[in-house]
Amino acid sequence: MKTFKIGGVHPEENKLSAGCPIREAGLPKQAVFSMFQHIGAPANPVVKKGDVVKVGTLLGEANGFVSAPVYSSVSGKVSKVDVALDASGLRRMAVTVDVEGDEWDENIDRSAELVRLEERPELDAKTIVEKIKAAGIVGMGGATFPTHVKLCPPPGKVAECVIVNAVECEPYLTADHSLMLAHPEEILVGLRLVMKAVGVSKAYIGIECNKPDAISLMTEKAKQYPEIEVVPLQMKYPQGGEKQLIDAIIGRQVPAPPALPIDTGAIVQNVGTCYAIYEAVMKNKPLIERVITVTGKSLSQPSNLLVRLGTPFSQLIDECGGLPEDTGKIIGGGPMMGKALLSLDVPMTKGSSGLLIMNNKEAKRAEMEPCIRCAKCVGVCAMGLEPYLLAKVSGQRDWDAAEQNDITSCIECGSCQFTCPSHRPLLDYIRLGKSTVMGIIRSRATKK
Amino acid sequence: MNLILLAIIALGTIGLIAAVLLYFASRKFAVHEDERIGEVSAVLPQANCGGCGFPGCSGFAGACVKSADEKGSIEGLLCPVGGQAVMEQVAGILGMAAEASAPKVAVVRCNGTCENRPRLVDFDGAQSCKVQQMTGMGETGCAYGCLGCGDCVTACQFGAIRINPETLLPEVDEEKCTACGACAKACPRQIIEIRLKGPKNRRMVVLCNNKDKGAIANKCCTVSCIGCGKCVKVCEKFEAITLTNNLAYIDAEKCKLCRKCEEACPKSAIHAFNMPPRKPKAETPEVPVAPSKTE
Repeated sequence: MKTFKIGGVHPEENKLSAGCPIREAGLPKQAVFSMFQHIGAPANPVVKKGDVVKVGTLLGEANGFVSAPVYSSVSGKVSKVDVALDASGLRRMAVTVDVEGDEWDENIDRSAELVRLEERPELDAKTIVEKIKAAGIVGMGGATFPTHVKLCPPPGKVAECVIVNAVECEPYLTADHSLMLAHPEEILVGLRLVMKAVGVSKAYIGIECNKPDAISLMTEKAKQYPEIEVVPLQMKYPQGGEKQLIDAIIGRQVPAPPALPIDTGAIVQNVGTCYAIYEAVMKNKPLIERVITVTGKSLSQPSNLLVRLGTPFSQLIDECGGLPEDTGKIIGGGPMMGKALLSLDVPMTKGSSGLLIMNNKEAKRAEMEPCIRCAKCVGVCAMGLEPYLLAKVSGQRDWDAAEQNDITSCIECGSCQFTCPSHRPLLDYIRLGKSTVMGIIRSRATKK
Repeated sequence: MNLILLAIIALGTIGLIAAVLLYFASRKFAVHEDERIGEVSAVLPQANCGGCGFPGCSGFAGACVKSADEKGSIEGLLCPVGGQAVMEQVAGILGMAAEASAPKVAVVRCNGTCENRPRLVDFDGAQSCKVQQMTGMGETGCAYGCLGCGDCVTACQFGAIRINPETLLPEVDEEKCTACGACAKACPRQIIEIRLKGPKNRRMVVLCNNKDKGAIANKCCTVSCIGCGKCVKVCEKFEAITLTNNLAYIDAEKCKLCRKCEEACPKSAIHAFNMPPRKPKAETPEVPVAPSKTE
């Protein structure tokens, strides 16, 4: 079976909610829509206090090319357009809506009927990209990069194939898995829309072998489309990283930044993004809800929930049996790359793929000890970097050395910190170094 | 015998030629360093802290000599570590009058002690303020207050700043602080300010850095500035206090140390440094308070 070549770790799987069908979460009483739900320029709020909105009403318009609009996922009255705490731990611009009823915009097709690509021959590449852009779709794997940008390769670069990221290598998370089991046909139509938009005739769906039911289901459904191939992959973290997945499936390596994955001829889309694309193009439904895994060893009902964006996390935990007493940490995302939340009142965003409740025992970080020069971190780094060195020079604020040692290539997967026998906070320092060096590179570019 | 003589003659000749060459080379490529640079450098503290803005003490000495030659004064140049005394010596060497400079000191503009500002979460990552700053708000509800990991302590070369284990806030030792500004640069939240020491080391400072709106600032800390502007009003006469981004700031040069703002501040965010304790107020007959409706 295929996998990527350099590094990788094998964290405990803990897929507690695997096999749980997707359950629809209840409507929140109040929904908060952050204008910072994607990478790039934040959206501009276009509503004001007192405005009445429906499900699917535009709340914030995209502010530039690398940006995405934000739509309301509830109906009701706008109660506030002000800063609010979000999952990043910062207070940023958001629109708060007091929910009243559940009235949908009449353009949205809410029927469950499958619409095939053949039924809509009028859709050409440009229309598809325009629809994706207007629906505010971003990468749903967690990076939240606006999807329409990825579908418009820079001049001179040609896409050869589309790769669907259904790896879900993060422990605990099962959102993509459950989505594949529930909507395989829709995902395939979404993928064919992406293929049409970028004009390629080959697509791969990469699934790790810990999801045999999803592999067999997708393979069976994909038989009707000879251009789509399902590729079972060996289990290894961080296989879901864009660069690792390209390496695993087509065996090409993405060069160091500023090169992009498109330089290898591959366009990678998350499986959740494909489903959102299907809904946006075929059903006129903007990105207003997504599947999230709410899980944890002490949680009574780990589940996969279909949640309207803007719903506070506290409500999701209540729907899964309430907050356990021995909660030590609550993490937005998976255990490897997720971020601890400061408060449970923060809202769900486009990039929220998981909500993990860690108990006291799991949450405690082990005491840091001196580096014993074992070089395990070097061995597991999926980008072939030297994490111990990058952490050291970042701690010493030697930004030149950090840049020379390719700190900007780091994908922040956390394998180094996971494997370190001395429990050193390697990634903390590397992140600091990476963000500083990126800032230095940007300011150098603007000076020129 | 012959061999030895030959060796002596050969080596002697080579030596002589080399000596002549070296003599001319040393004349030709001689680097003329102004003697005064060495002299000035000798009176500097040799801490090489960079507080003056130049790379090390010799860099500063060179800048002083250059400025004296070109502009005829050493205006604008100050060694914060040596202060007035050293600058007078430097001026003496360069044959000019020293500019009067007011001594400065580092001030930590946050009073969010454990009591005043409750910790909501625990940060257990790498113990560095810069790393904690990347997680967003930090341990408390205040996005502008001290993070308490001590990046400023590590940055200080003079041992003038330390974290008080009770309050978890940095404290500046005014005797040791040289106002070099290393701590201010190290702080990711720009809490530390290099301020005028003030007459008799007395000064009024708003001990808060919170730029959030009043309601949010009020919630997260008992001594936060909520931007109500009462201090600005009581200081109308001197115009020393300005309010920007919901945060009051006292201009040390305009402040007359009347302490009216301290009284006016409803959140006790304004702190008087090194002031004598207030005299107890003369007993005034208490103004009868209007009975509130609940009673």
